[in-house]
Amino acid sequence: MTLKLFTLLLEAALSTLGISLVSIAIGFVIAMLLSAALLSGKSVYILPARLFISFFRGVPLLVQLLLIYTLLPVIGINVPGIVAAIIGLSLCTAAYQAENLRGGFASVPRGLIEAADVAGFTGAQTFARIRAPIAIRLTFPALVNEAIMILKSSSLVSVVGIIEITKMAQDLASSTYQPIPIFASAALIYFVINSAIALLGRYAERSLKGASA
Amino acid sequence: MSVPAIAIRKLVKRFGETAVLQDIDLEIPEGKVSCLIGPSGSGKSTLLRCLAFLEEPTSGMITINGEALGFFEDPTGRRERLPANQIRAVRTKTGMVFQQFNLWPHMTALGNVSEALKLVRKVPKAEAEERAMAQLRKVGLENRAGHYPSQLSGGQQQRVAIARALALEPKIMLFDEPTSALDPELTGEVLNVMRDLASEGMTMVVVTHEIGFAASVGQQISFLDHGRLLFSGPPAEIFAKPRHARLEQFLDTYLDRGASMLA
Repeated sequence: MTLKLFTLLLEAALSTLGISLVSIAIGFVIAMLLSAALLSGKSVYILPARLFISFFRGVPLLVQLLLIYTLLPVIGINVPGIVAAIIGLSLCTAAYQAENLRGGFASVPRGLIEAADVAGFTGAQTFARIRAPIAIRLTFPALVNEAIMILKSSSLVSVVGIIEITKMAQDLASSTYQPIPIFASAALIYFVINSAIALLGRYAERSLKGASA
Repeated sequence: MSVPAIAIRKLVKRFGETAVLQDIDLEIPEGKVSCLIGPSGSGKSTLLRCLAFLEEPTSGMITINGEALGFFEDPTGRRERLPANQIRAVRTKTGMVFQQFNLWPHMTALGNVSEALKLVRKVPKAEAEERAMAQLRKVGLENRAGHYPSQLSGGQQQRVAIARALALEPKIMLFDEPTSALDPELTGEVLNVMRDLASEGMTMVVVTHEIGFAASVGQQISFLDHGRLLFSGPPAEIFAKPRHARLEQFLDTYLDRGASMLA
């Protein structure tokens, strides 16, 4: 195992990190929209949101990725693999994040919403300024957990032709016949990245606590 | 006579089959302190919540400064829900203070008081915070502006909640058992803020178990029992010679507990 091989793995890690972080962010925005839909009280919004969540939680991510990658060109949308990968991961994590947030939204005390109502907030203002910030604080550890899950699940995007850590490790292992040091290095890189996310999460959680507990 | 601050006409509120309020007729005059008293489950909090439109009346009509709240009902009983923006507009004439304070935990005291000014009234940040600070000063908490609710005592939280309601310059303040969640030692500081407010001529509707406060500050006392308004009048009339058997019985329980200054 040479430094050159390790550098190649690190380069692939950038693609893992980039795809994962972008997907988590897009997924969070979609999860917020799903939450708003679920809280709207209108079945035209609630039913599609529920369907979305059950579909993306109920179908393996690998199948979702393959489906998106093969389906898009058929309906006339030609996208590079990386876009298909980000779409797949985003939609999947959106469903899980929405489900995590649902518990948080349900735990926002009714009285805090009433206080916003009597102050003349619109429904959207109450969502943005009261319900969402409190729900995010309540579910923050679960959201960090989901970020780590997605970073690990991103190893699946190799099926749509993306070279990320796992795929690079497989290629290097088969061309150098040194599978053990290479896979061990890949594991180490995942471990370091996820520990960093967990640590950042812990830190953010504490500063959020300081502002609310 | 001028338009009453609040006029309640034939108000009925049912939760399913249960009638919580039955045919309430009440006028609350401007600039007066009106106290709603009665045993638990009498409907007094529900009545107040109807005035804030946190509960929607089943039938009947409420007007705030002559403007219909939530629904318009014509004399034939035909009822029409008013548009959301109009409901919000009428609602901004009232400010509400809750039993559980309901301060937003992720905002400082200053944030709680200035938020609606910025968001609803579109006041620029600096001016909103200046006005919020003035309200905090009024309730004696300007040195707690940067504190989060969790860092404040119950009495301080309730004073911030009062400042938050006052910041929107309401014509009428609604108080829902504002001291019931407080230790007896802390009720005084909240009642004092309310006394100051009353002396400034604020129209106030107060649901309270503090009979002493009702007797000394209240100018109109309404007694509810089992969803009905049994009596409404000036405190002297109610406390000095309660003629209604049920009211007498209710007040006796307070006198038993040593509130003898009322007698």
